[in-house]
Amino acid sequence: MTHPTTDDTDRPLLAATGLRKNYGATPALDGATLHVRAGEIVAVMGSSGSGKSTLLHCLAGIVQPDAGEVRYRGRTLSTMSDAERSALRRTDFGFVFQFGQLVPELTCLENVALPLRLSGVRRREAEQRAARWLARLEVSDVAGKRPGEVSGGQGQRVAVARALVTTPRVVFADEPTGALDSLNGEQVMRLLTEAARSTGAAVVLVTHEPRVAAYADREVVVRDGRTREILLAER
Amino acid sequence: MSIAQTFLGLLEGSPRHGYELKRLYDERFGQSRPLHYGQVYATLARLLKGGLIQVDGVEPGAGPERKRYAITAAGVTDVERWLNQPEKPDTYLQNTLYTKVVLSLLTGRNAADILDIQRAEHLRVMRELTRRKTTGDLADQLICDFALFHLEADLRWLEQTAARLDQLAATLRTPASRPDGNVP
Repeated sequence: MTHPTTDDTDRPLLAATGLRKNYGATPALDGATLHVRAGEIVAVMGSSGSGKSTLLHCLAGIVQPDAGEVRYRGRTLSTMSDAERSALRRTDFGFVFQFGQLVPELTCLENVALPLRLSGVRRREAEQRAARWLARLEVSDVAGKRPGEVSGGQGQRVAVARALVTTPRVVFADEPTGALDSLNGEQVMRLLTEAARSTGAAVVLVTHEPRVAAYADREVVVRDGRTREILLAER
Repeated sequence: MSIAQTFLGLLEGSPRHGYELKRLYDERFGQSRPLHYGQVYATLARLLKGGLIQVDGVEPGAGPERKRYAITAAGVTDVERWLNQPEKPDTYLQNTLYTKVVLSLLTGRNAADILDIQRAEHLRVMRELTRRKTTGDLADQLICDFALFHLEADLRWLEQTAARLDQLAATLRTPASRPDGNVP
């Protein structure tokens, strides 16, 4: 399944404007702005503590900004109820984190099938679709294993499969290669970007590694909680 | 890259014509900068003169005669020596970017902008190389990786310098010292 992009080519799929967020007295975001179009891969770069992960969490509706707004397909996330935001994260968003965050008690196949099961898909169908995604991420051989029994690279590919199994419109990837060696990181990025492009999913990719950011279509730098984008073509 | 020693290495497997050497070189090592025929025949002439290759046979063709070249024992020794000799690591101490940063600070321009423009250009090239790598064969991947790792090192420098601009500006304002540590 792929997402039609025609409805979103002119206006952003996801638009964050003037985001501010403090953790106590510490400012994490100080007027960050970011627009993501359907199907595009955007790298959000910045050093540790720059606010890039907070920006991702605000975009995904996990964290509420103190000021500013995030609009997804024209709707403001902060005006939605908790239940609506949860439903959105289940159906329209996919997540890949630095350490996979797979459920250790479930097999890799069950982990990938989990988002479908939570959306009410029957077990047999959910596991069939999960198996197809494991094959696509070239990790069919670990389907019956638990996360503790697979390598870091395999686990992260299982996490990518889990993020994409619901064919989300946006995948949020927070340092997806941060815990991997260079070769495994490359493989995860190649598979993640290929899979996202084939389904038409947009990807918001938070990373501090330029070689990972180079898989994106463009990059935005976060410094001291503010976003900055240099468009060479416009100079 | 040494074209002469690369030709010797290619000839070690079997004797070849000049056009074959060019084709092999371009395929394996010169994708972005193919050799001119002038370079090929000038290099072969130098290797012949130095006794590192010899003419192995001459075949008549529709145009000029085609010579086949073979490596000599001296040529094998030469390529062996070249392969075992480490390449001099480039220290990049003469850095145009550093000069631009210092000059922009000295003239009251925005050095952060200069670093950001360079950063965007580096990432643009890195995206191109990444696209080529993901659609290419193993040779493409290794060639692009070499370039990507170097560009990444530049980007780390750009980031680190951006974080230390205030410090550098303060150093430049002090007339008695120079930021490179040398005595004027």
